[in-house]
Amino acid sequence: MYHKEKSIQIKNSASALYNNLGVLRIAPRRLTYFTVVHANVVNMVSASWDGLNYSHRQLQSKEPNVATSTSLIMQAAFCALPSRDLLVVTSQKGIQIYESDGSIMVYWHALDTPETPTAQAVFARGISAVRENYICVGISSGAILVFDVPSKGSNITLSEVLEEHKESITDMAAECSGSQECIADLVSADDGGNLCVWKSGEEFQLLNNIPGFDMSCSSVKLWKGTVVAGYGTGQIRLYEAVTGILHAEVKAHARWIYSLDIAPFSGLLLSAAEDSLVRVWHLSMTPETNSVEVAHLHNECVTDTQICGAKFCDGDGYAFAVTGYDLSEIIRYTQT
Amino acid sequence: MSVRTLPLVFINLGGEMLYILDQRLQAQNTSEDNSEKVMNDIVGTMFNKAFMDELLKPQQLYSHRTLKTVLTRIAHASIMRLNPASMDRLYELMVMAFKYQVFLCPRPKDLLLISYNHIDTIREFVKDTPVVVNQVDETHRKIIEVYSSLSEGEFQLLRQTLLIFFQDMHVRVSLFLKIQVQNPNGRFALSTSGPVPHGTEVPGLIRTFDSKGREVRRSEFPTGGSYSSPIREGCFELHGDRIIRLGLNMYTVNHPEETHTSKAPSVKVTDDTPNLLAKEELNLLARLMGSMKAENKPKAETGFRINLFTTDEEEEEAGASCGAEESLFGVINIQAMQDEQAATELARIAGQFAEQQEQPENPSGNKGDDLLAMMDDL
Repeated sequence: MYHKEKSIQIKNSASALYNNLGVLRIAPRRLTYFTVVHANVVNMVSASWDGLNYSHRQLQSKEPNVATSTSLIMQAAFCALPSRDLLVVTSQKGIQIYESDGSIMVYWHALDTPETPTAQAVFARGISAVRENYICVGISSGAILVFDVPSKGSNITLSEVLEEHKESITDMAAECSGSQECIADLVSADDGGNLCVWKSGEEFQLLNNIPGFDMSCSSVKLWKGTVVAGYGTGQIRLYEAVTGILHAEVKAHARWIYSLDIAPFSGLLLSAAEDSLVRVWHLSMTPETNSVEVAHLHNECVTDTQICGAKFCDGDGYAFAVTGYDLSEIIRYTQT
Repeated sequence: MSVRTLPLVFINLGGEMLYILDQRLQAQNTSEDNSEKVMNDIVGTMFNKAFMDELLKPQQLYSHRTLKTVLTRIAHASIMRLNPASMDRLYELMVMAFKYQVFLCPRPKDLLLISYNHIDTIREFVKDTPVVVNQVDETHRKIIEVYSSLSEGEFQLLRQTLLIFFQDMHVRVSLFLKIQVQNPNGRFALSTSGPVPHGTEVPGLIRTFDSKGREVRRSEFPTGGSYSSPIREGCFELHGDRIIRLGLNMYTVNHPEETHTSKAPSVKVTDDTPNLLAKEELNLLARLMGSMKAENKPKAETGFRINLFTTDEEEEEAGASCGAEESLFGVINIQAMQDEQAATELARIAGQFAEQQEQPENPSGNKGDDLLAMMDDL
């Protein structure tokens, strides 16, 4: 179903972090941007579709006023809003927002870090663009910061702080089907496996809280009102977002899941784990019976590699890319 | 990232160091008295209450250089002496072993079982000295107390912090190559068969439910591996069967060549740490060095020499090429040195920190001087 393409070499290896691959497709320029986090650096590659041009850039987590301590980056993700694309980088010290090519930093938000470290680690993790003008970022305390983003310029403001989760945020995702009918706009996940479903607005509204089972949910997606969640036990669960009804449970992987992605036009689902396997599934909704079917389509094994990032490169799922711990390349697969 | 890594790092790296030293002591037919003294001295220093208390404070994991300095000091609590080249090679071995254990750790929480395997074996090494056994037990109890309440997510963060620390290290270790847990390119083998971790179910099943929660369909899918049910869970108490084998002593007395190391081809041999030592890092170093008891002033006449490799020829070669990054085999040469030499050695290491400490933001250049003074006192 898929075959391996030529890999893209990156300047350093990928770190073992959840959802460690960002992809942004820029159709008008026939380019795709990729981001991979290595410790305190984000490796960015811009790859032309004809496979002939690659350009690299590295972003450091250089926060102002911090002289020497290195700040490890937890995640780098693209936020595609209707008016603009941005790159968000979260670390132990704060949140940086760049133009999508990484050229200019437009916003910096510092986290409250105590003078002497407390038992709880402090960091930001979990990034999602929501609707027209919001970017949401999760914090280790469980709080979610909602930023209001203007269509141009750097006048980004903190609009709201959502305090619902009691454990560190792991991942967040916005409704990606493009449908305006879906009530739920955003789902957030935490280290206890708890899922919160939100409706966006000037004040975000909590629609539902789906309790976890004491196992971290490391990656989450929202598509056509269905939450797709990947857990440390290797399970994938599909819930109806607003009601919390469990549609399906998949014993998908033998180790901790690190990344999920959905191709919104085709309903393809990608899952990747520390067990060195990437799996492709197909989701189909039957509105009449209000059910969701999951079918397994394909496996790829990246030998001896604990995978940390996997994303489709386009909305149909025609191609996908994978990163692994200690690997200095982005592996690509395309449909045969 | 995680602020709880240091105690586990020292227990596991220290444990690996003791495994290697124990193998060498035995292979060299060192007298039981001397062996016991070396082990007791090192374990006593490592599990010293003040030292452990410092480690247990929530803090970041700093650079390899800091760790290496502290581990060198721990080793020097015994009558052995390590020159920097020896320590470098020994450190590589220790780190690669721990990296292997962390990488293959079935569940993040099993990092504790790996640590307990190390502690159990260390306890065996010093079993004839009740005072030291007590120290080990006390530390073990504290570790249980501090770590038992961490969630799986927090353990995974700890593990991720460690993996970042070990990133890009692909030194090939003879033993690992021999038992095929490591490939010739330096990467560890990850199997797609065998028992799944405790708490995970064997993959291969899709279950669909209706809106009332009743299962309406089951289907299987090919996993591309051959997995089996989990084995029973290991014991997290002070004593018990840990079940998992990671963290146990892999080295055997009759095969000294097991500790040969070589750099994987085309890998840059650079220490990734920043040249500036952060203020926090220097503080940590000072606290750790200060908390280690300085009572072990070795008598000059009991110094003895340990080879990590059997032939004098290899040692000479190593001595000649100890700076060469191209050398294929790391030869660790452990030799006894006089006290004064030891102090000079440590002062030289400390001096490196002071020289490279360029912190325009922090005008108190006293930090480096204090550290030097402290080390001279040790």
